[in-house]
Amino acid sequence: MKYEVVIGLEVHAQMLTDTKIFCGCSTKFGSEPNTQTCPVCIGMPGVLPVLNRKVIEFAIKTGLATNCRISHYSRFARKNYFYPDLPKGYQISQYELPICEHGHIEIVVEENIKRIGITRIHMEEDAGKNIHESSTLGGSGGGGNYSFVDLNRAGVPLMEIVSEPDIRSPGEAVEYMKKLRAILRYLGVCDGNMEQGSLRCDANVSVRPAGQKEFGVKVEIKNINSFRFVEKALDYEIRRQIKVLEEGGRIIQETRLWDSARDITESMRGKEEAHDYRYFPEPDLVPIMVEQKWIDEIEASLPELPDIKRKRFISGYGLPEYDADLLTSERAVADWFEEATASYALSVSGPKVVSNWMMGELTRLLNEDNKTIEECPVRPSQLADMLKLIDKGTISGKIAKTVFEEMYKTGTGSEVIVKEKGLVQISDTGEIEKAVDDVIAKNQKEVERFKAGEEKLIGFFVGQVMKLTKGKANPQMVNELLKQKLSA
Amino acid sequence: MELFRLTISESKDLLDKKAISVIDLVNSIYRRIDAVEDKVKAFVTITKDKALTMAQEVQKKIDAGEIQGNTLLFGIPLAIKDNMCTKGISTTCSSKILFNFIPPYESTVTSRLTGQGYILIGKTNMDEFAMGSSTENSGFHVTKNPWDLERIPGGSSGGSAAAVAADECIAALGSDTGGSIRQPAALCGVVGMKPTYGRVSRYGLVAFASSLDQIGPITKNVRDSAILMNAISGRDPFDSTSAPVPVPDFTAVLGRDIKGMKIGIPEEYFIEGMDKEVERSVKEAIRTLESLGAIPIEVSLPHTGYAVATYYVIAMSEASSNLARYDGVKYGLRSEGKDLMDMYMNTRAKGFGAEVKRRIMLGTYSLSSGYYEAYYRKSQQVRTLIKKDFEDAFGNVDVIVTPTTPTAAFKVGEKTSDPLQMYLSDIFTISVNLAGAPAISIPCGFTSDNLPVGLQFIGKHFDEESILKVTYAYEQSTDWHRRRPDL
Repeated sequence: MKYEVVIGLEVHAQMLTDTKIFCGCSTKFGSEPNTQTCPVCIGMPGVLPVLNRKVIEFAIKTGLATNCRISHYSRFARKNYFYPDLPKGYQISQYELPICEHGHIEIVVEENIKRIGITRIHMEEDAGKNIHESSTLGGSGGGGNYSFVDLNRAGVPLMEIVSEPDIRSPGEAVEYMKKLRAILRYLGVCDGNMEQGSLRCDANVSVRPAGQKEFGVKVEIKNINSFRFVEKALDYEIRRQIKVLEEGGRIIQETRLWDSARDITESMRGKEEAHDYRYFPEPDLVPIMVEQKWIDEIEASLPELPDIKRKRFISGYGLPEYDADLLTSERAVADWFEEATASYALSVSGPKVVSNWMMGELTRLLNEDNKTIEECPVRPSQLADMLKLIDKGTISGKIAKTVFEEMYKTGTGSEVIVKEKGLVQISDTGEIEKAVDDVIAKNQKEVERFKAGEEKLIGFFVGQVMKLTKGKANPQMVNELLKQKLSA
Repeated sequence: MELFRLTISESKDLLDKKAISVIDLVNSIYRRIDAVEDKVKAFVTITKDKALTMAQEVQKKIDAGEIQGNTLLFGIPLAIKDNMCTKGISTTCSSKILFNFIPPYESTVTSRLTGQGYILIGKTNMDEFAMGSSTENSGFHVTKNPWDLERIPGGSSGGSAAAVAADECIAALGSDTGGSIRQPAALCGVVGMKPTYGRVSRYGLVAFASSLDQIGPITKNVRDSAILMNAISGRDPFDSTSAPVPVPDFTAVLGRDIKGMKIGIPEEYFIEGMDKEVERSVKEAIRTLESLGAIPIEVSLPHTGYAVATYYVIAMSEASSNLARYDGVKYGLRSEGKDLMDMYMNTRAKGFGAEVKRRIMLGTYSLSSGYYEAYYRKSQQVRTLIKKDFEDAFGNVDVIVTPTTPTAAFKVGEKTSDPLQMYLSDIFTISVNLAGAPAISIPCGFTSDNLPVGLQFIGKHFDEESILKVTYAYEQSTDWHRRRPDL
């Protein structure tokens, strides 16, 4: 039987605010345990939360960028459950009245644009972390096993972005995650780092016989913390569900945990053990009233988003879709491209030349160093200057690769490098002619064969001339002279 | 006259005139505590050493002429209910689960008092986590009514009210969620005021029911309440529910004429089964107000009958969540167990008393899926109706007058076996918290057993001035507030 897969994603994105959502503590990652805490985020008796305005702004930004309706009246609610990393015994979240609803983003599926609905985006506080360690040093539980609690992360602002069950394959899920991550990074509201946990994903997955209208029983998968795992975990879970159905079994509604060490999902808790979170409106915070004026101001300040930028790169710069996709996946890459292109701006083919260098040499060098475009030692205008040297015939395209590598290594401009290393292209006819004559004289056998019709040997002659001139000869002139002399 | 008998304003006069020293005043209070505390048991913690050190520092400043005349409470010894966090000083909420809790931070109210130069005498006993109407639910001991040591002082701020009535402090702060300031003030024959919700910061007040809790003064007379209100009121950036409303000088209205003031009398508050002596005192008080020129007008608060049920659903729901943090992980009592769940259960089983457990369970139930609509949401809807009752009534009158409690102080142990009877002792005070309105209780007579009777005035939102004005006028024409228990 053929099955259709139905997936909805719940994405948790840590917001890039300087301070926590309800107190003034820093949100910096990786500090000594419990050094970024205060009575409020530790949940001392008597403390009260005070909402960080930046958090609302970031949520509205994200809502606008994902075509959501922004609520003028929204509320926080308490989600009640016991766990040591949750100091108050409840998480302040949103429930009945979230800040953003009814949005969507677009992904490309088999060259067609597909819309994935966003049910809601809400704001909440992150929990701390439990660190489980076994030790014979004292401890408390009798067996010497105990855990530590680090509350540095408690109160770091999160957005939960809930998609509609519109996703139909693990590949689409990955595309959705990538697009969402790109949007969040464009907006500067989340760094999108899945490995450090600043972007996390839970998935609701079900399968149903193709053509059936009702959804199958859904299973929630938690702990998916990389793009690779999104695909792997969903693949595994879909195969598991189909197998159960094929064998005549039934899917149980449950929560499963992705075990990335063993590449499987494992049951965590069933429907009966599901928490009753007893949500109710948070009485310590007043409702959030957002005026249209503020929404308009935020909207006006939004950067150009990936989809629009991509379209502009295609129509405005005449770039192929592939190039536009890659160059707009990160705002900083796109900015780099535009700066280099503006500074180059010689011909209609200019943007494509810049794009080629960025996707080729630049990406290769950055990847080797594990660096991002923000850390690139070469400035966009420096690439443009180098491209101009090629156009002027000062250096050859081949030499340019050497020059560019040197620019990347030292951060020095191309003109200086070319001068210092004596890499200026030889365009003096006399000098080139001498080298061509030399090569012809020394390779008579090949000359014979060429004259006998083996024309592909031209490459061999060019190579020899370039070798003799240490690569500095103008290749076009070499070519012309060789053809002249050999056919003479 | 013994200095411990003084009010805030009297103390301030004598201190200003240098007729007495701060040290004299503080010593007098502690001599009084030594003499009567064994009988009254109003305190959980007595901070004598710190208070005496503080008194010496303050006196030095006075002697050096460093004290500016505009501080409200310089050198005034006050008692604070033990649910307000005091940095470095044990704050227990009279609960075993917080028996060892020493806050690392100061509540907004006590830091405002500190700014006015007050001297902390001690932290007062209360019903555990402010849940109760008799102080019998304290995890440590029962406080006695100074007028009759066989009787309860009311609650939950029973320790604060008893300490004021017994002259163990000049004045005190309490907190009021459903009557916890006004009811014990009434039963102990002192003045107790619950400000408008949002008037006083809750930051540092250990939460019982966040949407109802409010801190307020318990004092020997109306003027002292106005002075304390001046000290503690106003918007606090640490409490989002504190209101950005200007704070007037609450003492400015004292002594103003109440001629022509319209005083609402809600028919629903004068019910069958109300104690005859209480009823007589309250009716007599209304006649006194009339003689001062006030105009009594009948009003109706039609949803009053639903107030107790509504209140308990909301308060318990919020409490069940507010008390989740006492889990043995971070502070307070921890009772070990074989695993995490076991540790949670042992800690909470040992740490909480019976009433607190009852309320956590009922609150958890009301919020559970399948019951939420019928209990919590329905209660919120009724709450809106109760609020509207007051708005309607205040369309016609300036203040509303009622008895504070249906009876005078009852005997220790009389109602402990019947929680519902206990809950009904708040029947006249609860609606006010649901509406968020301000209210004050002042003495208006005594029963034949020489037990105080309280009169409650309810005001419009953020109009504490009207109820202070009318109570002050009433107080000036009577002598009830001058009576003191024999101890």
